[in-house]
Amino acid sequence: MSVWKRKDLVSIQHMDADEIREVHAAARTFKDVIRREIKKVPALRGKTVVNLFVEPSTRTRISFELAAKRMSADVVAVHSENSSFRKGETLKDTVRNLEALRADFVVLRHKAAGAAQFIAERLGCSVINAGDGAHEHPTQALLDTFTMLEKRGRIEGLRVLIAGDILFSRVARSDIWALTKLGAKVVLCGPTTLLPDVFREMGVEVSHDFDRELPGADVIYLLRVQHERQQHMMFPSIGEFVTLFGLTPERMEKCKPDALIMHPGPINRGVEITSELADGPNSVILEQVTNGLAVRMAVLYLLNGGQAPETVREVAA
Amino acid sequence: MSGPKPGAGVLRIRGGLVIDPANGVESVCDVVAVGGRIVDPAGVAHAATDDVIDARGLVVAPGLIDAHVHLREPGRPDKEDFASGTRAAARGGFTSIVAMPNTAPPADSASAIAWMRQRAEERAVVNVFLTGCISQGQKGELLTPMASLKKAGVVAVTDDGQCVQNAELMRRAFEYAGMIGLPIMDHCQDNNLSAGGVMNEGYWSNLLGLPGWPAIAEEMIISRDALLAEFTSHHVHCQHVTTAGGVRIIREAKQRGVRISGEATPHHLTLTDAAAQDFDTNFKMNPPLRTARDIDALVEGLDDGTIEVLATDHAPHCSYEKEVEFEAAPFGIVGLETAVGVLLQALHHHRKLPLCKILRKLTINPAKLLGLANKGHLGVGADADITLIDPGAEWVVDRAKFASKSHNTPWHGTHLRGRAVKTIVGGRVVWDLAREAP
Repeated sequence: MSVWKRKDLVSIQHMDADEIREVHAAARTFKDVIRREIKKVPALRGKTVVNLFVEPSTRTRISFELAAKRMSADVVAVHSENSSFRKGETLKDTVRNLEALRADFVVLRHKAAGAAQFIAERLGCSVINAGDGAHEHPTQALLDTFTMLEKRGRIEGLRVLIAGDILFSRVARSDIWALTKLGAKVVLCGPTTLLPDVFREMGVEVSHDFDRELPGADVIYLLRVQHERQQHMMFPSIGEFVTLFGLTPERMEKCKPDALIMHPGPINRGVEITSELADGPNSVILEQVTNGLAVRMAVLYLLNGGQAPETVREVAA
Repeated sequence: MSGPKPGAGVLRIRGGLVIDPANGVESVCDVVAVGGRIVDPAGVAHAATDDVIDARGLVVAPGLIDAHVHLREPGRPDKEDFASGTRAAARGGFTSIVAMPNTAPPADSASAIAWMRQRAEERAVVNVFLTGCISQGQKGELLTPMASLKKAGVVAVTDDGQCVQNAELMRRAFEYAGMIGLPIMDHCQDNNLSAGGVMNEGYWSNLLGLPGWPAIAEEMIISRDALLAEFTSHHVHCQHVTTAGGVRIIREAKQRGVRISGEATPHHLTLTDAAAQDFDTNFKMNPPLRTARDIDALVEGLDDGTIEVLATDHAPHCSYEKEVEFEAAPFGIVGLETAVGVLLQALHHHRKLPLCKILRKLTINPAKLLGLANKGHLGVGADADITLIDPGAEWVVDRAKFASKSHNTPWHGTHLRGRAVKTIVGGRVVWDLAREAP
């Protein structure tokens, strides 16, 4: 029996560990699917997936689009630049129109925290949160933990260091929930202005000393530093940020040799990570992207009422 | 003051527990009004009475005064107007309300005030007192003509909703308002520290990824205002105080002899920022809901007299405006029709504050603060504004029954204990629970 009973995937906060594990299990099968010659299964034939991206995104949007197509769903993409938002239509009215067109899934990327939950409560179809403001990005956390699991065989007991702009990061929040639910030890690291102490109350360690935290980390998870934060007085300069929190080869020498380097993308080469490390042997950044596809297929499959398939044959029938 | 004409007859309210904090009365006795004024019951023969209200088992209080109401007129009569807002007040037990000046256009000129007075005289069912802006257009740049505003009838000035940021302008406002004897009320918010904030900065804002509106942004301005009040020797009233630090700053300033007072709302006394965890915009207000620790400090401040005034900050908004993403929703909730129940349940039944103490902050204290003559008490000669309260009445909030045009309440479906059952303005019953459709 599937432990997945949800209509929507809005947050990791409200999921339990077994539900996360079921996504991982399903993603393993779908990863086999996307490695085959014919990368398509009929699981969502006749279903309609609407990608509603009210905030710019390339990677996540393409990943969801491809995931839906691999599942044989019909996919419609709505971008903010050509949507009725520009004419002042409210989010509620927009999604109710999509529902009236009989969409089965709405994948929402939105700049406002809570936007996905807001529409999930008002729609009968399934809603997938593809990032809502600084709140959550659940499929990112599912693909991140899937990648760690694949590389390390376990999550429990891993020491995961998440560094950079934590305050404004929905990725950090979803990863904190997923990792702590799965038994990892999470350490956050960044400047005090981008990492308030209140994060401790989420059950993680808070540190402002990158050099002290690096040697103990099994996973080094770097977050993109957003240049516009500088204008908001969050730190004095990119140069100073790099000095304190940039991952460099010198710093890497102090790390565990098999430490994984992860990043949700897009990378600022030379800021949070040097170019050679991003492309180096410890980096699994591109595998995260591949796994993202498998994880999103798994999520669509489970939300459609499926149970984690054990073999490709089960879904390819 | 603008409002309904007083009743001409003789009204006797018999056998209720009269609680008149201003006159130190708390006993079962009759209250008699003749021609809209309170008279000595001994001087009026029972036979001469036109109307008798049996108040046995009820509390008979001076008519409640809400010092902080948004009537939305002119500008947004779809949210509220003088008729609906004052009906909501009557239904909540309020006989006088103080309208905030952040209308569209803002109430920053004598002509705007004159229009509002006329509107209130035509349509209001309770007394309406008007306030004017501190700065022209609430832009925080130039003072309003406060002497003209006062002549036109305002009882105070405030830039509620748009705190004056420029400390020099605020200093001049204190000095000028002091000269003409107009109280200053301030919505205390440092706009830089609170920029973008939509809820209290803390555990929940961090978890939800919503921009925080930190306590320090409120406390910074309360501190500034305390210093300006001390410097200019004029009174300042801090509207809707929400933080433990704010209570402490006001308490300490008072101990130094500074002329400062504080106000608290039913929602800040009963709800915390945790209520926003499902992104329900009926828990989005400015200032935001704070923490349990702040609530404790506010209650302590009420108890020791630091916070003298209870007011609702009744802020009506249309449902479609509130039913949007949390960050996009307007701030504020309606409060007139739930205040008595929320306050009595939280402060009296739960926290055990005496009714007399609670009622003082809804009657004589706001009347004194704003210089409302003959209001807020039941002594001989006072206006016959009277609220009958059943402190034990159990009821469930149903927003469909609101007299307000707006339904943005966080208490829909909530069980409350304590309710106003009759509202009397100028000796006339303007609302009676017994006559409300079931």
